[in-house]
Amino acid sequence: MLGALLDWLLSFQVYLPIAELSVSVLLLLGLGGGVGFLSGLFGVGGGFLMTPLLIFIGVPPAVAVATQSNQTVATSVSGVLAHWSRDNVDFKMGFVLLSGGVFGSLVGVALFSILRRFGQIDLVINIAYVILLGSIGLMMLAEATRALRRVRRAQRGAMAPRKLHQHVWVHGLPLKMRFKKSRLYISAIMPIGIGFVVGILSALLGVGGAFLIVPAMIYLVGMPTSIVVGTSLFQIIFVAAVTTILQSMENRTVDVLLAFVLTIGSVIGAQFGGRIGARLPGEQIRFLLALLILSVAVGLCYGLVATPDDLFSLQPLMGSR
Amino acid sequence: MRALSLLVLLAMALAAPAAAKGIVADVDDHLVEIRTDFAGQDILVFGAIDGPGDVILVMRGPAGRVAVHQKERFAGIWVNAQSIEFDDVPSLYGVASSRPLFDILPNEVLDRYQLGIGRLQFETAEEEPYGIGSFRIALVQQKRKQGLYADRVGRVTFIGETLFRANLHLPSNVPTGTFLIDVYLVRDGRIVDAQNMPLVISKVGFGADLYKYANARSIAPRFGYGISAVLVSLLTGWLAHLAFRKR
Repeated sequence: MLGALLDWLLSFQVYLPIAELSVSVLLLLGLGGGVGFLSGLFGVGGGFLMTPLLIFIGVPPAVAVATQSNQTVATSVSGVLAHWSRDNVDFKMGFVLLSGGVFGSLVGVALFSILRRFGQIDLVINIAYVILLGSIGLMMLAEATRALRRVRRAQRGAMAPRKLHQHVWVHGLPLKMRFKKSRLYISAIMPIGIGFVVGILSALLGVGGAFLIVPAMIYLVGMPTSIVVGTSLFQIIFVAAVTTILQSMENRTVDVLLAFVLTIGSVIGAQFGGRIGARLPGEQIRFLLALLILSVAVGLCYGLVATPDDLFSLQPLMGSR
Repeated sequence: MRALSLLVLLAMALAAPAAAKGIVADVDDHLVEIRTDFAGQDILVFGAIDGPGDVILVMRGPAGRVAVHQKERFAGIWVNAQSIEFDDVPSLYGVASSRPLFDILPNEVLDRYQLGIGRLQFETAEEEPYGIGSFRIALVQQKRKQGLYADRVGRVTFIGETLFRANLHLPSNVPTGTFLIDVYLVRDGRIVDAQNMPLVISKVGFGADLYKYANARSIAPRFGYGISAVLVSLLTGWLAHLAFRKR
């Protein structure tokens, strides 16, 4: 009975015009919902999960990446509005990050189309994911473990007074700016640089890059954690939007329909994730997120190293000689 | 509709006095439309022959150039190493017949007409590179895995001695373009008559419009497509926020 119902629901197929395949609507909504739930729970965009999943269900990698950028616009908008209503967005910092990000996106899209021409884009996407997720996952895991221990110690009593942020060499660079909201007086070079690097990755991997910006802004720049998430979402909207437009023009791989269906699923999932996330302590969330990121990295790494089922793959070429 | 077409054909078959043609056939619809709810489709091929015999149907999608990459282990990681390009590779290839092919025709005829996915010949750009055999086999196997090549996409069944029909299946990932369906009449191990007919597979409606703009030759429509994609996302994101805002 239930199986028949599920079959009936799964029978609703949508033909994705750019990806050029027909997929169950329910499957897409489920993917969007599941990833949305996790992204709401952890306060990240979820692009780093969605892109590998899309590739797994048969969407060409180039389409998965570019479409993910499009979907990121939608999820970031609904995310940033929620943070804005709680006054957790530093717009000035957002614009500074963004100025680097847009430039990075330009470089990323150009790189993307060069690699695609050489037939190596899939490999580069995979390796970049493994390195990025692996190193971030490990760093977060180490940090979250330390934080969890600290919390336990604090509960027992002794708690050393903590500085607002550490002063490191980064703060000594020229071009100093005052960021009132973040209570910072620092060089703009660091946030611009972070924005630039994330912009490249955003175009190359289809990720918003929150999982990179958030730790970088906390640990390298010393921004308050509460404001970082909203601010990074704010700048991601623009970088993802620019990336979407550039990918459409240069690589023709944005599938609007796919992005739309995924978005519907993910905004709903994100609501539930966000509500549960609000009840969990931050250290635990970071610990769980680190585990999630690491497991994706390990999975992708296994895919690179394990002997593939099929050593051959086909690539349709434009026109004939 | 289909019953009517068959009736018409029946009438034609009965009326045709010692027709010069040994076989006549048609498709129930020469245009297959791919809409956003497309999930594969069966097309009906029907026809008549002028006496006992076997019928073979071959369906081919538009041919193109395909590169076959072979992965090799490089510093522990599997990367695309050698690749060979093949020309004139049909994007889809399917056969349907009234009996197994090897029962109706001798090998050399099957080879000459490239009947059966194992007998397809592809041109290469370079002159026969080393190890090309395994690439050829891989190409066919991959296409088979994608559901685009098949030796039995349907069965040709007879109604009486002269009328035949077959349902050919088009998978949901069917490529677009002009297809060609060849129909062969076989008697005593020889092909005695043949006919071919076109079949157009094309995206229509909303999905087709999206595809058209996304793949436009000039950059302006593609720019417009990108802008629209962003606007749709901005709107959905905003609506989602409104829908779930805590009051």
